[in-house]
Amino acid sequence: MSEQTPNPLRDAIAEAISENQIILFMKGTPEAPACGFSARAVGTLQALDVSFASVDILPDPRIRQELSAISDWPTIPQLFVDGELVGGSDIVLELYESGELAEIVGAPAASAAPATPAAAETLLQPENRLG
Amino acid sequence: MPTADELKQRIETALPGATAEVEGADGVHFQAVVQSPDFAGRSRLEQHRMVMDIFAGELGGSIHALSLKTKTPS
Repeated sequence: MSEQTPNPLRDAIAEAISENQIILFMKGTPEAPACGFSARAVGTLQALDVSFASVDILPDPRIRQELSAISDWPTIPQLFVDGELVGGSDIVLELYESGELAEIVGAPAASAAPATPAAAETLLQPENRLG
Repeated sequence: MPTADELKQRIETALPGATAEVEGADGVHFQAVVQSPDFAGRSRLEQHRMVMDIFAGELGGSIHALSLKTKTPS
């Protein structure tokens, strides 16, 4: 299969990454994380008081597969800011503790950021996307 | 089931000059502190990738989780 093979799911993930300034791919939801590492990443972002989009990768294994193909990062969670992979839970926590994460995500001055969290979730309903 | 010692050996073999401290009593969740001169000049992201690449295919599988801290020797 060539790289030209249409891959709507991968496109949807790439779109979600580029359209959301801060987006966290995680297991579960910010309200109900399904993994301690994802919970840690959510807690870190919430501590910075920034709004962020999130995608639950659990409903379809292909989400994780495609995400890792895009990011070249094997594990979950994965935090993207401004279209760039910041890292997984270890890096996110380290950056938080050093104060760098606040700069990267533009906290706390960016409190007026538009609320887009729902957008990515709608985009990544693989059932809708792929039929 | 991999052991912490096995992970340590594999990291130190794959990254010559590196030292790794690995813990993971349950055999699936590991914590590693890796120090390597090869990390110099690389971003944290790249440093983590260098270590995780060693276990490509196993992360999320037989190695459920690998918590990483990377350091450059001073």
